[in-house]
Amino acid sequence: MKILVCISHVPDTTSKINFTNGDSKFDTNGVQFVINPNDEFGLTRAIWFQEQQGANVTVVNVGGPDTEPTLRKALAIGANEAIRVNASPTDGFFVAKQLAEVIKQGHYDLVICGKESLDYNGGMVPGMIAGLLGYNFINSCIDVKVDGSSAKVIREIDGGKETSSATLPLVIGGQKGLVEEKDLRIPNMRGIMTARTKVLTVLEPLDATISTKAVKFEKPAPKSAVKLVSADNLDELVRLLHNEAKVI
Amino acid sequence: MSLLIYAESADGKFKKVAFEIASYAKKVAESIGTTVTAVTVNTADVSELSKYGVDKVLKVSNDKLSTFNAKAYADVIKQAAQKEGAKVIVLSSTTDSIYLAPFVAVGLEAGFASNVVGLPLSTSPFQVKRNAFSNKAFNITEISTDVKVLGLAKNSYGIVESNSSLSSEDFLPSLNDADFTIKVENVEKITGQVTIADAEVVISGGRGLKGPENWGLVEDLAAVLGAATACSKPVSDLGWRPHSEHVGQTGKPVATNLYIAIGISGAIQHIAGINSSKVKVVINSDPEAPFFKVADYGVVGDAFEIVPKLTQKLKEFKAQNS
Repeated sequence: MKILVCISHVPDTTSKINFTNGDSKFDTNGVQFVINPNDEFGLTRAIWFQEQQGANVTVVNVGGPDTEPTLRKALAIGANEAIRVNASPTDGFFVAKQLAEVIKQGHYDLVICGKESLDYNGGMVPGMIAGLLGYNFINSCIDVKVDGSSAKVIREIDGGKETSSATLPLVIGGQKGLVEEKDLRIPNMRGIMTARTKVLTVLEPLDATISTKAVKFEKPAPKSAVKLVSADNLDELVRLLHNEAKVI
Repeated sequence: MSLLIYAESADGKFKKVAFEIASYAKKVAESIGTTVTAVTVNTADVSELSKYGVDKVLKVSNDKLSTFNAKAYADVIKQAAQKEGAKVIVLSSTTDSIYLAPFVAVGLEAGFASNVVGLPLSTSPFQVKRNAFSNKAFNITEISTDVKVLGLAKNSYGIVESNSSLSSEDFLPSLNDADFTIKVENVEKITGQVTIADAEVVISGGRGLKGPENWGLVEDLAAVLGAATACSKPVSDLGWRPHSEHVGQTGKPVATNLYIAIGISGAIQHIAGINSSKVKVVINSDPEAPFFKVADYGVVGDAFEIVPKLTQKLKEFKAQNS
């Protein structure tokens, strides 16, 4: 089984978000980048397939040379090889088109993406890949098992979960549940050493028409101070929620 | 040409978000001088849409669509858009609509902006504001394609009544067998409980509640307000509550009218996930807890004393005001 794990290189979840160039560009100054958390759950699940079913795991990212440490980290965690499509990810469709091409060339059975990245929160790349390739697609996926050429998958739905079966090739938009937080792996020294010698292929991007572009960023307006209500005067809280906030 | 929405329903009844996207679409349609058409799937009575400015309904009734299927539903929406010559398609941000939206965009070669939080800032060029960086910022996105797909973030526009004379017609899209290759085997749904996705009010508990045995506090308060229960990440990591209740940046997003956080300090990742909620209340014994910086109302003190009292007060309030 050949698995492709698509990885976004995103600011760490604790990052302060600022912009430069007249609010047109994300300010990377002092920001630590990580594997997108939704992707990391999927990567760990892929490593389980590698360990238990002998799968070969490739990780891929669309990004500039500055994103290579994130791919090396994925290699250190256990991926067999890595691909970087050398382009700045301008919008979801552009990224999906690049990844679809990688998948077409590499004939992967299972493509694991995170359901969304924590930077642009587009949530569209996995579905677009499946749409472009005509593959089966499961979003908000919290479990995947593969037996031969078929998969059993569970996705989260509003207020519950849904179990389905699908044939490979399959694209999933994954999230926590594929593995749990405690299952995530921190690269050990041996992993880091071997990652240095694993293959990282750099591919040049395909042309893609630009359908959307981020023209500007804004930070939320500063919040007015909290109104404190004394613990002995909860009637006041009820009154505020009713008369002022009008939410009860 | 008109503006198209997919008005989602469950068990034959429209979801509230259907009315929100209808209200939103009506306003956008006015600004570009067109009408609103809704496509519905297996919804017998569509008359309610006339209250929210929908002019025309394309009703699809087909047993093959009785269970949700992202590809097939997207194909239906695509064919409806083509029939109507729709240049703008507005979708909601339910789990299902998020699932099908990329297929609609690819099928129509449309630029797609998700998590949209307001009316277009301009329609030429077409620019919308959307949530990005997990609610820590907004991003203005310009869509340059002829056909545009917008995913409206939940509770970001609200429901606005606007009467229209609704016409409806049966619509028979052609369904492609290739769209039915995923077989749904089992659906487990929690019944009798408000889900986080549908809730107007969410009551959330953190580590300050000291253990799963104390969740009665949260549940009692939730019951009075008809609220869904939720929890912070440490609580779900500790196994006190199921993962489906974990809200925050890596859990479920919450965009509700009222969010009450009990014993949650307010880590940046938690706040990011719940920040789209309109009114936030925090109850915490630590006055320095970061949650107080983002909350609208706060009570400093022992949750074990405050929450039962608050539950009682709200019960009395509800009894008087219902």
